[in-house]
Amino acid sequence: MAKIEVENLYKIFGPHPAKALRLLREGRTKREIMEATGHGVGVNDASFSVEEGEIVVVMGLSGSGKSTLVRCINRLIEPTSGTVRIDGTDVTALAPDELRRLRLAKLGMVFQNFALFPHRTVVQNTEYGLEIQGVDPSARRAKAMEALELVGLKGWEDSHPKQLSGGMQQRVGLARALALDPDILLMDEAFSALDPLIRRDMQDELINLQEQMQKTILFISHDLDEALKLGQRIVLMKDGAIVQVGTPEEILTSPADDYVARFVEDVDITKVLTAESVMKKAETVAYLGTDGPKAAMRKMRTSGISSIFALDKTHHVAGIVTADDCAALIEAGGGELASILRTDITTVTLDTPATELIALIHDLPYPLAVIGGTGKLQGVIVRGTLLGAIAGRGLAQ
Amino acid sequence: MINSIPLGDAIEAIINFLVDHFSFLTRAFSATTDTLLSLLEHALLALPPWLFIALAALLVWRLSRNRGLGVFALAGLGLIWNLGLWSATVSTIALVCIATLVAISIGIPLGILSAMNRTIYRIVFPILDVMQTMPAFVYLIPAIPFFGLGKVAAIFSTVVFAMPPAIRLTCLGIRQTPPELVECAEAFGSNRWQRLVKLELPLAAPTILAGVNQTVMLALSMVVIAAMIGAKGLGGEVWKAIQRLQMGRGFEAGIGIVIVAIILDRVLQKIGARKR
Repeated sequence: MAKIEVENLYKIFGPHPAKALRLLREGRTKREIMEATGHGVGVNDASFSVEEGEIVVVMGLSGSGKSTLVRCINRLIEPTSGTVRIDGTDVTALAPDELRRLRLAKLGMVFQNFALFPHRTVVQNTEYGLEIQGVDPSARRAKAMEALELVGLKGWEDSHPKQLSGGMQQRVGLARALALDPDILLMDEAFSALDPLIRRDMQDELINLQEQMQKTILFISHDLDEALKLGQRIVLMKDGAIVQVGTPEEILTSPADDYVARFVEDVDITKVLTAESVMKKAETVAYLGTDGPKAAMRKMRTSGISSIFALDKTHHVAGIVTADDCAALIEAGGGELASILRTDITTVTLDTPATELIALIHDLPYPLAVIGGTGKLQGVIVRGTLLGAIAGRGLAQ
Repeated sequence: MINSIPLGDAIEAIINFLVDHFSFLTRAFSATTDTLLSLLEHALLALPPWLFIALAALLVWRLSRNRGLGVFALAGLGLIWNLGLWSATVSTIALVCIATLVAISIGIPLGILSAMNRTIYRIVFPILDVMQTMPAFVYLIPAIPFFGLGKVAAIFSTVVFAMPPAIRLTCLGIRQTPPELVECAEAFGSNRWQRLVKLELPLAAPTILAGVNQTVMLALSMVVIAAMIGAKGLGGEVWKAIQRLQMGRGFEAGIGIVIVAIILDRVLQKIGARKR
């Protein structure tokens, strides 16, 4: 079961949303509805889900409805229609008291402009949620201190927010959410108000924290680089509607429409592509012991390649055999493939990024072998496939 | 000529009706309050003036953390004592204190309620407009049949005159809470009461204190007018001087009021500034 499930969610802003909703379902655009009824479309038929422990980034330009969407999940904004389920519970049907309890128990939120209470010290801000929960003072102080230590703010607990830099203030915001130990973190443009350098630090830190915490994170961003860096999946929004949901690679390599394509065209694709996405399936391999030089030669000829990876009995890569060596061996009257095996090959794993692949393949005489988790050969990368993938986006797939 | 609408007659009839049926209550209230007030006055006057002045100056200094203001209080109150206005001043301070306490203990809760509830806001604010624009003298007339001539009637009209800023500024302070902080309080599961106590009131405190300051100042200025219905005190001295055309005496009492006003205003402002 998904941690968060959003189904056919709509949000119309204005006093009489029913008519606007009908028009929207008839397929009218956001602008047409604004002209006809004076109502704004915040979210238009959004459906997606977030799995436990996953980071999903909702991305779009300002006005695309991403902040509205995330606020519909904890009902800071009431959705007009549709359902939101958290751990299977329909959030949209909760009574106010139940909703408050759910927010406290499961939904931590981090805000774009930090939203720290200026009259409270750092630690008093951090323990706010616990205070609302009714945790007794010494226990909540201990938990708040723990959260502050986690975000690297130990020693600052008695400062006031205005004495801290932006990055530190947002750490307090994060600590305040973490102090409650919620299952889910909703992060609304959490790093957008920070300097680029600080922003990168905070992103790295969030990734580190996530390795320890394994929270379910829904992150809102208008920054594509941020989305690609943080998101295991990305939800791309335009005019309140979801345009595409997919992994960073899917978004980049097979954009759903022109809008997404234009959005992603300036991205440095080598940061996103991995060995897995640019490799060719290793369809033809030679088996040491089974295949002789003639069999290996035939396989190379059929596939039109000039070298072939050789596997041992356990199906692990033993080395590579070139067509030239093979021909020489046949001319010399045959023999074991093992005698002409070259073992100075380079292997990479499935998640090696394309930037590293480029450096490796630059002066390598043979293709790269891509090895999976079990140590078995998963695919092959030659210079041509790598360049093709970078130039054409998705040719490799 | 068209006959004029008998608006005044109607209002008079209503007030007369209220007086006939309810004035026994307000009179009883008036008698009790009068006793309490004279007790307070006697307690304050029981202290020798020099001790009172010294203590007051010390308090001003501690509260404002400003030595100059403490010295000013010492000199100003000393001058009042020297001019023979001491008991009148004590009586005025007692009156202003009580009127302010009543005004803010009604005004602040009413301000909070109107910030939280649109209907209450829509009812309260037009009434405040009337209260603030109606000439202050008009309140004096109905105060007499309800409370009798004297200090309680004076307090009543002073409260009516001085309360609006307390309500307005409390309401304003709460409504000015930044929306992103309100949203944050909501996201962390606060209920309405927790939002008010933990977020809105602390943030509104400087604005509310500015309202209290205004209330005190208005109460002081009303005290002179209220002398016409027997408030006595420094206002009474001014009123007597007017009737006897004693310009000098009038100014002396006037200066006394100014000194008290400056001390109260500066102390409250300093406290407000510290809250910020």
